[in-house]
Amino acid sequence: MTLTPEPTLKRTPLHAAHLRAGARMVPFGGWEMPVQYSGVKAEHDAVRTGAGVFDVSHMGEFRITGPDAAAFLNRVTTNDVTKLKPGRAAYNWLPNDSGGLVDDIYVYRVAAEEFFLVVNASNIAKDWAHLQQHAAGFAVTLTDESDRWGLLAVQGPQAEAMLQPHSSVDLSAAKKNTYFPAKLFGFDVWLARTGYTGEDGFEVFTDASEAETIWDKMLAIGLTPAGLGARDTLRLEAGFPLYGHEFADHIHPLSSTYTWVVKNTAHLGAEHIQTAPKQKLIGLALDKVPVREGYPVSLDGAVVGHVTSGSSSPTLGHPIGMALVNADAGNADAYDVEVRGKLHPARRVELPFYKRS
Amino acid sequence: MQTPSELKYAPSHEWLSEDGTVGISDFAQDQLGDVVYVELPEVGRIVTAGETVAVVESVKTASDIYAPATGTITAVNDALSGGPELVNSSPYEDGWLFKIDVTEESAELLSAEEYAAANN
Repeated sequence: MTLTPEPTLKRTPLHAAHLRAGARMVPFGGWEMPVQYSGVKAEHDAVRTGAGVFDVSHMGEFRITGPDAAAFLNRVTTNDVTKLKPGRAAYNWLPNDSGGLVDDIYVYRVAAEEFFLVVNASNIAKDWAHLQQHAAGFAVTLTDESDRWGLLAVQGPQAEAMLQPHSSVDLSAAKKNTYFPAKLFGFDVWLARTGYTGEDGFEVFTDASEAETIWDKMLAIGLTPAGLGARDTLRLEAGFPLYGHEFADHIHPLSSTYTWVVKNTAHLGAEHIQTAPKQKLIGLALDKVPVREGYPVSLDGAVVGHVTSGSSSPTLGHPIGMALVNADAGNADAYDVEVRGKLHPARRVELPFYKRS
Repeated sequence: MQTPSELKYAPSHEWLSEDGTVGISDFAQDQLGDVVYVELPEVGRIVTAGETVAVVESVKTASDIYAPATGTITAVNDALSGGPELVNSSPYEDGWLFKIDVTEESAELLSAEEYAAANN
């Protein structure tokens, strides 16, 4: 077997804290990130049944201000930011002009003329260039604040109960997708009731210089440090697409079930995105053999697509995967996935694989 | 990290015992994390040192296992089908992968001491 060496990579403000917590560090999108601490399954289970904390400080943050901020965002994103009230957040897409996505993002409305964007770490430079390019003609100011913020995702059914004693704000009153300033452990932070694990939880935006202290306090109150491995199995079980897998520059985003993310008709690339996709994103379940990205998916002996993400599901106890298949082959009950030259039967299951009760 | 001294180790982290039993090292199982699936070769297959003969899958990835010797596969560990986690909990005993009737060992095999030194 081959174990991969590590090239030179960027580090988050929590690098030393990860090493102290026993993390195994791996390269991810140009960053050196913790893939696991105690183990993927244990961390996954902690988030499904208790609460865990992820370092997602590698993600990018942009601020967009000015009289045309909303108009600009409705040009470069597919959702309708004019419907977003200050203090609310929404999932959104950055389309390109050929029917694919530059990135999938979260948009937070701070004030009438001020928005905050969180973008995927591996896409920061690309997104920044893209937004700059399309800002011409709009009265907006764009600021890249990626280095200013630490970002900790506290996720799990116990997230609220565990954070509440240390929060200046009544967290039970904070609805899903709200975004508000608070003091947490005495530090000024912004909290958002958002996440990407399929569980309740909060994303905590901290000053980068205070991220490590806040992280240490989170571990001290019993939050389980969780790495990218668990983050991936959690989001896969929840049926959440991940850029670079289910979404890409060349993948029609409406192949997914996320049709609600397209709410305005004036966005870049609308003429392409508002056509029927040629592919469909489906969920597959197998008995034993894990399926991985790139494995061919066939129906009645003909290859109709490929796996985009796959893993063994810690919650369900069997392998699961998402696959992009030809749209006209997307409604069968059973497929075959080719694993190392052999076909293995897979059942189609509705996404998400897991929904919290 | 345990590296029993009676075993020989491939730089690619497989171990080979005197009687031709093959598994992966404690270091390798720890690096892989939770093993969820093991694909084993057919008994009777003739393998050449260095060729891919099995696959160990963790939650995260699939890793190829290379034959540490040339010879014929004489047995596989059927217990791994229902209990792949044995590779984690008992990499040198219950989590063995397969046995080879060895005709020639790989020239690259290391002693326990050399292998441990290389993975510190």
